[in-house]
Amino acid sequence: MKIDESLPLEYSTEENRLKILGFWIFLGAEIALFSTLFAVYFTLHNGHGNGPSAEELFKITPVMIETVLLLTSSFTIGLGIHAMRLGLKKAMMTFFVITLVLGLGFLGTEIYEFVEYIHEGATIQTSAFTSSLMTLLGTHGAHVTFGLFWGTAILIQVAKRGLTPETANKSFIFSLYWHFLDVVWIFIFSFVYLKGMM
Amino acid sequence: MDRYYSRLSALKCSNVKLLTICSLFTRQLIRKGYSMKKKWLLLSAFFAMAAVLAGCENPLMVLDPKGPNAETLSDTIIMSIIVMCGILFVVYVLYAYMLVKYRASKMGEDYEPPHVHGSTKLEIIWTIIPIIIVVFLSVITVQSTKEVESKPLGYEDQEPLVIYAASSNWKWHFSYPEEGIETVNYVNMPVDRPVEFRLYSYGPITSFWIPQLAGQKYAMSAHVTKIHLAADVPGSYMGRNSNFNGAGYAQMEFEAQAMTAADYDEWVNDVKNTAPELTESEFDELLETDFVGRQSYSSTHLEFKPAPEGHHHGTPTAAEEDSAEEEMETAPSSDADHFHHQEAEE
Amino acid sequence: MESHEQQFLILNEPMIVAAMISIVVGALSLVIGVTYFKKWGYLWREWITTVDHKKIGVMYILVALVMLFRGGVDALLMRGQTAMPENGLLDAQHYNEIFTTHGVIMILFMAMPFIIGLMNVVTPLQIGARDVAFPRLNSVSFWLFAVGAGLFNISFIIGGSPDAGWSAYFPLASLEFSPTVGNNYYAISLQIAGLGTLMTGINFLVTILKMRAPGMTLMKMPMFTWSILITNVIIVFAFPVLTVALALMTMDRQFGTKFFAMQDGGMDMLWANLFWVWGHPEVYIVILPAFGIYSEIISTFARKNLYGYKSMVVSMVAISLLSFVVWAHHFYTMGHGVMVNSVFSITTMLIAVPTGVKIFNWLLTLHKGKISFTTPMLYSLAFIPIFTIGGVTGVMLAMASADYQYHNTMFLVAHFHYVLIPGTVFAVIAGFHFWFPKVFGFRLNEKLGKLAFWFITISFNVAFFPLFILGLNGMTRRMYTYSESTGYGPLNMLSFVGAVGLGIGFIILVYNLYWSIRYSPRDETGDPWDARSLEWATHGPVPFYNFARIPQVNELDAFWHAKKHNKQLWSGPIEKIHMPSNSGMPFLMSGAFFAAGFCLVFSWWIPTIIFTILIFVFMALRSFEQDHGYYVSVEEVERIERELGGDK
Ligand code: HEM
Ligand SMILES: [Cu+2]
Repeated sequence: MKIDESLPLEYSTEENRLKILGFWIFLGAEIALFSTLFAVYFTLHNGHGNGPSAEELFKITPVMIETVLLLTSSFTIGLGIHAMRLGLKKAMMTFFVITLVLGLGFLGTEIYEFVEYIHEGATIQTSAFTSSLMTLLGTHGAHVTFGLFWGTAILIQVAKRGLTPETANKSFIFSLYWHFLDVVWIFIFSFVYLKGMM
Repeated sequence: MDRYYSRLSALKCSNVKLLTICSLFTRQLIRKGYSMKKKWLLLSAFFAMAAVLAGCENPLMVLDPKGPNAETLSDTIIMSIIVMCGILFVVYVLYAYMLVKYRASKMGEDYEPPHVHGSTKLEIIWTIIPIIIVVFLSVITVQSTKEVESKPLGYEDQEPLVIYAASSNWKWHFSYPEEGIETVNYVNMPVDRPVEFRLYSYGPITSFWIPQLAGQKYAMSAHVTKIHLAADVPGSYMGRNSNFNGAGYAQMEFEAQAMTAADYDEWVNDVKNTAPELTESEFDELLETDFVGRQSYSSTHLEFKPAPEGHHHGTPTAAEEDSAEEEMETAPSSDADHFHHQEAEE
Repeated sequence: MESHEQQFLILNEPMIVAAMISIVVGALSLVIGVTYFKKWGYLWREWITTVDHKKIGVMYILVALVMLFRGGVDALLMRGQTAMPENGLLDAQHYNEIFTTHGVIMILFMAMPFIIGLMNVVTPLQIGARDVAFPRLNSVSFWLFAVGAGLFNISFIIGGSPDAGWSAYFPLASLEFSPTVGNNYYAISLQIAGLGTLMTGINFLVTILKMRAPGMTLMKMPMFTWSILITNVIIVFAFPVLTVALALMTMDRQFGTKFFAMQDGGMDMLWANLFWVWGHPEVYIVILPAFGIYSEIISTFARKNLYGYKSMVVSMVAISLLSFVVWAHHFYTMGHGVMVNSVFSITTMLIAVPTGVKIFNWLLTLHKGKISFTTPMLYSLAFIPIFTIGGVTGVMLAMASADYQYHNTMFLVAHFHYVLIPGTVFAVIAGFHFWFPKVFGFRLNEKLGKLAFWFITISFNVAFFPLFILGLNGMTRRMYTYSESTGYGPLNMLSFVGAVGLGIGFIILVYNLYWSIRYSPRDETGDPWDARSLEWATHGPVPFYNFARIPQVNELDAFWHAKKHNKQLWSGPIEKIHMPSNSGMPFLMSGAFFAAGFCLVFSWWIPTIIFTILIFVFMALRSFEQDHGYYVSVEEVERIERELGGDK
């Protein structure tokens, strides 16, 4: 394996460069996936049948908490990658742990929010509106959940193996993923929640 | 001119029907303002096609229209076939030329094909000409689509007869609100009067099609779609569901009969006087049944189960590059079961 | 109306029992055969765990051939049933299941994998690479596709096949109107196979963008590679739409959501929109690589460079963009008004322009050429006039008003078979004959190949031309029977004769495979057709590392120029070669996908969850695995090169 010292660790081997490009393309596919889910939501969001409408359902507080948590986590993972570039393993791991904890907080709040919805009689089966809403949110939430496990696995590897071209590459790719989830959330926040509450 | 007449007589099966289509087509051409020369050229190509397509005794249903809507479509189709034959002709001639002229067996042992990059001039030509053809066909498409989506040509100032056609399982219900009668699996209409079919479905999507009178359209549960047509000639026409909707689909045919105004009135009176009324429970039972034969009733189901009208249903309107991002218009905002909702409105 | 409601093993239908018995017998004899010849180890080491793009490609093609026969038998049964009015070969339920499985299998489990198989075999070789970017992922792609295909096919005997058409329109495909598990199979098996396809898309994009031999700029890539690049862009953007659509279908059917419901705000036509937003690009996923294959073959056997290379590329890009903005032409008849229909008519007709450019470029490639009529060339030449019929009828269908008369009729069926068969099927058969010697080191027999060609080409037209006329005469598609008075009988009989001829043609093709394996003379040169692109520069059969030394490329058709000017494509000494190691994990993980998918079809929640967790366990194992591949030593490479007949 040829290591190119002039590049950051995560880009330093041919294999690493391939993986990063591959992941960008994967994110392209993810954009298509979420766009479709958004299109479905926008098509169906007035179809609330006998169930509650968006104005009746949405509460600002949990949504704000979720937004703050996820935005912050996107920032901390950026710091983590910065630390990694400086070769600071400890700092990098700390920022990653903070990121994951924030992610967990986000997930907890979202689960709470779902439970609330169900209490108000809005399940995924209630209407086309709730089906599309919960599918969109659920897909994002499932991505976050997956990210929590994935991030943990990477943390363990960094702890055990140190910052190698391999682990640096994985961490960097994970950070791309995490930023992407943040961007998706911003769209959800603006076009689902804010628009729905207005 | 003589050449065309001799060709015409050479067509063994140039019977009356063929001539009618031909004259209709000529009329269409003149209406669209073609030069004489081009017209004759197209006409001769048309004869060749017509001979193949129309057969001798019974012309193909779609090309044997009996009303203005189907006639517009038939003319459009024949026109497009001629254009396509022209394109095929060019491709085939070039193709045959290349294959005959440049086969290895003819080229000699040591012939070395040249290295040719391409030719900007040629490439521009074969981009521009197809674009012109596409523009031409687009104009025809827009025109003819508009034509068949409005009241039939020549009937613009007449009140249409409204007939609701609803599908359930593998049968068709026809309601005549004006006359207050309803039929199942057959529909009668007067000739020389515009008819407006309003379509919807109790269940899977179906497609309402009477090839000799009009193009098809979907019948769906959420909202009503419309077909405008008129019959010029009395007769019995095949009508059917053309959109697959499960086990009994193959049998889902009905008879569409166009009759003179007098016959039609007589039939309506007949139904009114002799047929039973359609009660709600009877109708519900009817909906559940897979197949039935022909039925007639002296009232319509619209009175207790109106059609899902007045809804604005979603279709994509804007095409974007990443089409997944396209937004579709709002969904119907029905509160409960669609038909109950309507009932509440009534 | 008999239905197989919630019946697990279907035992009351003689045909299905017969199919079941033959499958069991076939599987058993396979197992016994492999055991008897002690081939389990070989199979595991050389095939199941392989990450070699060539072997993966071969496996794709093998499965595709099997599926071609499954889909072909379906087609023969349908044509047999409709050959005569009021025929009793199949009842409505069977006919409906069969046209559904025929459509799904032909498009998703035959055409696409055949294309992906050829792309696997050829693309890395054409760009002078040693493998794809992610060899392990490639193996995952294949096995996901394979288990998806397996899952779809067992529906026939366990639980019942889907019967709502390959387009599975709602509300027909909803639980209310399709209560059997058939459409669960549809949604879940396509989902699994689709995941594999998406990964292929990513994999090949990276491969082509990053792993080309030095000097091969984008505009020096062979046309087939270009077509694959564009195809994979389409895959990456179109398949997620299918993923969502299928997930929503599964949720509506099994979790009670209301996306496509007739009440509670659902919208049935949303399914149609989603399906065709994926579905139309999908058509181009199977046709663009075909264009690439024809470009290679036509220029090889006209012994001339491809005419208008640049405009070929531009037109493919144009087609790929347009393919995303035409989907509503599949439902002009839903009543969205003159405006929308006109817009989609125009975008659709515009596709004809770049397609026409390509046709003329091929014709001009023949101009002043030196055409030799080999089997692959025959298919490519037959493609031009027949596909043009498919193309012009496509323009006719694009005219919204006229489509009111063609929609749902045999005219449409004729059109898309005129596109798919001379387009995709002829192309993959041509590619199969063309690249076969590259992989196996000998050519297929030309006499048998040509015999099959004539059978297939003539029978194809006999089978499908009559359908244009039937359509114009009002015969709708998906109709299991019709009455004598319609007059549809004779032309349907003619079409059946053609279908039988097609069947015979395909049997000859497979017989040719058998004959050639046994008797065909071995080729020593690696370049039996005197061809143009890099894949022919290395040995045939290709050594597992593809190229002992990576070639240096300076122009388009580098290999051709090297031959003409007696140049060397490579210089310098042989170095040790890094190769990826084999792994059984993709196979095992796909097994978990199969099990989870099967349980999900039947809504057996607990096992579904267990197997899903197992999938994630495999992913975690992969994450912690440290696998850096291995090196092939210089001596080893030199030894292999000597054995293959000299340095390449
Ligand atoms: C080998 C010769 C083939 C024959 C004889 C054949 C015949 C048929 C027939 C009879 C139908 C159903 C017509 C109907 O009742 O509506 C059909 C449908 C279809 N065929 Fe083929 N076919 C062949 C090959 C192919 C190939 C190679 C493909 C694709 C690559 C293909 C794709 C389809 C599709 C997508 C449908 C529509 C299924 C549906 O209605 O849901 N066919 N074919
Ligand atoms: Cu399409």
